[in-house]
Order: sequence, then C-alpha cells, then structure tokens
Amino acid sequence: MTLTFAEIQTRAEAEWTAHRNSENPHILIGTATCGLAAGALDVLEAIKEQLTKSTIEVAITEVGCIGTCYAEPIINIIKPGRPHIYYGSLTPETAAQIIEDYLVNDNPRPDLAMGTDGEDEIENIPRFFELPMLKPQVRVALRNCGLIDPENINHYIANGGYSGLNKTLTMTPEAVIAEIKKSGLRGRGGAGFPTGLKWEFCQQAPGETKYVICNADEGDPGAFMDRSLLESDPNAVLEGILIGAYAIGATEGYIYIRAEYPLAIKRLKTTLQQMADYGLIGDKILGSDFSFHIKIKQGAGAFVCGEETALMRSIEGKRGMPSSRPPFPAQSGLWGKPTNINNVETWSNVSAIMQRSGDWYASYGSEKSKGTKTFALAGKINRTGLIEVPMGTPLSEIIFDIGGGIIGDKEFKAVQTGGPSGGCLPASLLHLPVDYQSLTEAGSIMGSGGMVVADEETCMVDLARFFLSFVQDESCGKCVPCRVGTRQMLNMLEHITRGEGQPGDIERLEKLAHLIKATSLCGLGQTAPNPVLTTIRYFRDEYEAHINEKRCPALSCSTLISYYILPDKCQGCGICLRNCPVDAIIGDKRMVHIIDQEKCIKCGTCLDVCPERFSAVKKVSGEEIEVPSEPIPVTPLKKAEAADKTPV
Amino acid sequence: MSSKLSAVLEPYREQKGALIPVLQETQEKFGYLPEAAISEIAKFLGLSQSMVYGVASFYAQFRFEPQGKHLIKVCQGTACHVRGAARILDEVEKQLGIKPRETTRDMECSLETIACFGSCALAPVMVVDEKVYGRTTPARVREILAKHNEPRGA
Repeated sequence: MTLTFAEIQTRAEAEWTAHRNSENPHILIGTATCGLAAGALDVLEAIKEQLTKSTIEVAITEVGCIGTCYAEPIINIIKPGRPHIYYGSLTPETAAQIIEDYLVNDNPRPDLAMGTDGEDEIENIPRFFELPMLKPQVRVALRNCGLIDPENINHYIANGGYSGLNKTLTMTPEAVIAEIKKSGLRGRGGAGFPTGLKWEFCQQAPGETKYVICNADEGDPGAFMDRSLLESDPNAVLEGILIGAYAIGATEGYIYIRAEYPLAIKRLKTTLQQMADYGLIGDKILGSDFSFHIKIKQGAGAFVCGEETALMRSIEGKRGMPSSRPPFPAQSGLWGKPTNINNVETWSNVSAIMQRSGDWYASYGSEKSKGTKTFALAGKINRTGLIEVPMGTPLSEIIFDIGGGIIGDKEFKAVQTGGPSGGCLPASLLHLPVDYQSLTEAGSIMGSGGMVVADEETCMVDLARFFLSFVQDESCGKCVPCRVGTRQMLNMLEHITRGEGQPGDIERLEKLAHLIKATSLCGLGQTAPNPVLTTIRYFRDEYEAHINEKRCPALSCSTLISYYILPDKCQGCGICLRNCPVDAIIGDKRMVHIIDQEKCIKCGTCLDVCPERFSAVKKVSGEEIEVPSEPIPVTPLKKAEAADKTPV
Repeated sequence: MSSKLSAVLEPYREQKGALIPVLQETQEKFGYLPEAAISEIAKFLGLSQSMVYGVASFYAQFRFEPQGKHLIKVCQGTACHVRGAARILDEVEKQLGIKPRETTRDMECSLETIACFGSCALAPVMVVDEKVYGRTTPARVREILAKHNEPRGA
C-alpha cells in the first residue's frame, strides 16, 4: 500500500502525460468562483450539447483560475498537433460555435481567440503568455492556477508537487528554516513579518505540542487571492503547511477558512482525501517519522478573526476577540500552546521555495522585499483579475500595462491597496514600486493584495466613509478607541457626505485618527483610520468641497447631486417619465420633460434610459440648471441629427 | 428538535473547540438557531447559555429568526462599491420590499448584505441561494429575481 515518493511521481507523470498528449482533443474550462459567476456552467452545458451532435471524442477538465478574470468564462482547447488555444468572454452561443468551427472543421477562429500556448503559432492569434496582462507576470504562488485540475493530486505532483516536502523530510528543521530565511519571504497576509524568523521563534519555544495554522480568513473586501489559489491549486498550500509543520515540530494543524468560500472548502477536502491515499498526510508521512494531522475550521463571518489572536480564539470556539501581546502566539497560542500562523499565499510560496531554493526565490523582487506578490485587480479597471508580479513592480505598470487602464478612458483617480487597513494613493504616486516599505511610507500598506482602482466618478470621501462603516461594523468592541473612535469618525464622514460637514471637521478627523492608531488593541483599530488619513492627505480638496461648498466633485454622494432635464435637448420621448420609479417626472409627447426635485430620489434611472443621441439628462452637484416651470414644446433636433433618428 | 439536534451533537462529544461547528450545523439543519437549540447545545457542551448566545451573536453568520426559502445576498465589498453595489441593493430592496436582514412576509426571500464575496473581478456581485451572479445591473437584478420566482408563480 505504501508507495515511495518516486513511485508516486511515476504514477502521476504517467497520468499527466496521458492527459496532455491524448490523441483526442481536450477542453479545459475555468470553473473557479469568478468563472462560475460569469456563466461558465452555461458555457460548459452548451459545449457538451454541441459535442453530442458530432462524433469527436473530447475530454473536458474543470480547472481553476488563470487570472484573466475580466475575460471569463474562458476555455483552453488542446488539439493534438496544435498549440493550445485560449478563448475568452464566451457565451453559450460562441462556445458552441467554436466547437463546431475548430474541433469539427479545424478553423481556429482567430477572431474569437485570446491566445495560444505551445511551440507552434497560429496566424493572427497572439501568444497567450505574451499578452500585455500576462507578460510582466512571474507566477510563483499561482504557478499551477488554471493549468492543472485542482482536484487531481497527480497533476500537481507531475508538475513538481511535493518534491519540496520530500526534500524537506531529509533535512533538519533548522536547515529548512535557514532555507526559508535565505528566500527572504515575508508574511503575505499583510504585516510582512519575515517567515523564517517567525518559524524559528515557534520552533525554539518550549513545549511538546505545537500547532500550525493556515489563515484563509480572507476578509479584506476587494481581495480574492486566497480564494482563487485554494480553488485552483490547494495542494500548493497544503504542501507548504506540511513543510512548516515539520520545521516547527507541529503534529497538528488547522485551516481556518471563510464559510463564504464553499468551493475552496470542497476542493481542500477532496485534496486531503487524495493526500491520505498517497500517505502524504497522517501518520509517518512518506514513510518518515513525521506525522501531521489537519482539520478544516470554517469561520463564521467576523473580519477581526483574520487577526492571529482572534483567529485562535475562534478555533477554540469562543468570541473572536484579539488579546494583547506578549505573549506572542509563538510562545502561547492555540489552547496555550506555541502556534505558528501564516496565510494561504505564504504557504504556497513556501512549497515553491522548497521545490526550487531560497536563492532562486530571492532572485526576484527588490532589496528589502523579496520574491513575488499576488494582487487582486478590481474596480474601474479594464482587465480585472488575479496577477502575480515581482516585488518592486511600479503601480503604474500594474494598473496600466497589466490592468489595461481605466474603463471607458476615464481619468484615473486613486488606487486603494491593503483593504480597510490600507490607503488610497493618487496619480502622483503611480511611479511607486510595490513593496512593503514604499507603500507604508506613502501612508498605505501592502496588505494581503487587494487593489481597487477608482476613477473620476468615485468620491474619495465616500470611499473613506465606506471603509469606516466596514471597520465600525467589524470592530469586536473590546477596546474603546476602536469601538467608539471609529463610530465617531464614521458619524463625521456621514455628515460630510450628506453636506452637513462643519469647518474644522477635517482637523477633528485627523486628531481622532491619530489617537485611534496609537491606542487601539489590535491591528484592526490601529490601521482603521488609514483610508481616512490617506484620502485627507491626497484628496483634501474633495473634503473641502463637501464641507464648504456642499458639493461632491465626483457627482457621487446622492444627497449632494441633482438631475435635470436640459430643455434644449429633451425631445419629449417620454422614456424617462415611464421609467422613473417615483413618478417625479412630468411632461407630455413632444413637450420638454421636467424633474420634480422634491420628489426625485436621485436613483439615476432617467440618466441611464435617456437615449444617447439626445443626452438630455444631466447630473450636477453644487449648481442649479434653469428649467421651465411647466412642460413647453421641444426644440426639434437639427435636420442632420433628425435623419438618423429612430422612433423610441 | 431533540432527536434532530442530537444527530448534530453526538459526533462532537468530548471534542475541544466544538461550539462553532455545532452552531453552524444546527443552523444548517433548522435554517436558524432556535432558542431551544441554544439551551440544548449549552447543556451538551457543558457551557452556560449566555456563553453560547454570546458566541452565536458575535458572528455574522448566525441568525435567530427563521429564514425565507431563498436567500439573496448582495455584496458590499470595495470593488462592488465602486462599481455601483448601492444601486444593486436599492433595486433588490425595491423588488422585494424588504431591507437587509429581513424576510418577505410570505417567507419566500430573505435579504442579506455580505462584506465581500471575493468575486471582485466581476463586480457588482449578488448571490441567490448558491448561484453567483457577476456584472449585475439594476435591470439584470429584475431578471434574476424574476427567474428565481418562476416556480412560485406557476
């Protein structure tokens, strides 16, 4: 029953080779959560349906996320003798068409393809990994994501998987820690503490029983690196955990994961079963003296549980409230025993480092921040998705080269990094290299890797209010500065965004922010004011406009904006009147329509539905537009414009 | 209640750190945490009722009221926020006539907001039961809700 690692590898490679070099075509489809949200299952159904109409035998494998989430649903078609072709932004119709055209009639449809991967090229299709979004990337933590079947351990093993663990088992724990130290790896969960050093503290702590924990409680809104990694390559994380447990001397561990990630939980459970079948987890792993058991604990929805001490209380079955340090978890953690916690991405890097070497990892990145970092690109950016770049890559490269710039060619305003603990950085700081030091100096933090891009339509005061409302909601209530202080800051921000701000509010916010930072118990409170402080620092004019002129420059704060129908543009088509949810619009056929400002709830429906060729609805803040008091006949469109006018 | 609950409790006998998984499984079974279950869980685990309630009320996942047949969750994460989550929530509230953490009178739909669903690349996102919908708009919200209401209308 017990196989040696070499035997396991042989078996895995045979399966992988058969999978890649089959004589039949093969379709890989991304069914991580983003793929599913974009409709991957409907596409999959359409493909299966289309295949029943032909006699070709095709294997279909569900894979994780390749990172180009903006183009989901994505499939990769592997046809013998051809490079792999990625097709994106599929609908059930286009997917069925591709099956017909490419698999049946051998027309690769360059017009629908995203890129190819493999030695040969196909005319008019770029190479997938040379696309602007992918070329600058270095995928270490995400090395297998989207390429292998996450629910097949053989795929992972055939791609170097568990060779790091196998090597680790021949080394002393001290040598493993030295290797991790050499890599320069720092915790990827946010704080950036050197991983090797953290392990050493725990390894040296006295005590027989020690615990290792994987923090998968990815709570930062706007971050999805850990979800995607666990859904796409759970083995990479588990191999890292095993290596850490061996180095520290732990025989038991936990994965603490958000209940909001059901697919990741399912894939972890499948993987643990497959690991057990190969003797990669449990007693005497791979025939060595090292034994390790792991349990999955589902979080119950508390952001503060991402904090180490709160997380451990939650595993113990208590309220997830942080405690002051010392003692540090390395001395007294879970059930009072020495405990080491790292997050999902850190663990995936650990397995990569032990598969290759510490020096190899340290060859990427900048002087003080080694290696690579994943980022979740989201917000008003063209190419949203999951990326991994060497530390020190400039923000501008991430946002414009990889992310493709701002949607609709609007103006870039800010990038928010680090979630509720981070800050908003303006265009003038886009040259900053992304590493722990420069982001901290700019008032933000690296955080776990959420990067949300805001454009000219995003109000920075409202964004600060959004984060404060989040932390206020999630404050555990244990310490006064966080519980009461964030409530007071939120109140002030709510007043400002409603146009009820007072002169002096900015200074009061700053004073309170510094107080909360200095006196809160845990990281949640100590960093909660960051979004406010950075928006004041870089976008003070927006605060002043709200307070002094009762105006929202981004035209976003609903109390401060108004909608008007421009009398010289309205053609009296009546579409806004019919769609207004509160009957706030009066008018008649061929008569200029008028919005009753008293009744208007500022939902913006009229602006959405007004035909583009009229563009008669205008959103303003801090100004009034003169309109007639009663509907008057419309000013007809000029002849040239009227020519292409179609009835509404 | 007793026999249904003991099936949940039994595997956790003598296990440390059992409270939260027990609460999660109880809620899965009943759809919420009934008062009687709280006292039975406390007795089984040798904890005070206030301790059990204290833990349950700390975590956002736990409910103390029955939930509707369908659960609609609207994401309020950062990416969804900057891409118009507020309008999505408004539309859902308008269509269902309820606010977050409420249930329609016919017990068909409950509405919740979530801090972040982790599908930020496809913001704004909403989830109906287990199905995730990305790139939503107020108009799509109406379609989605209508689709889920179909069997009821038939």
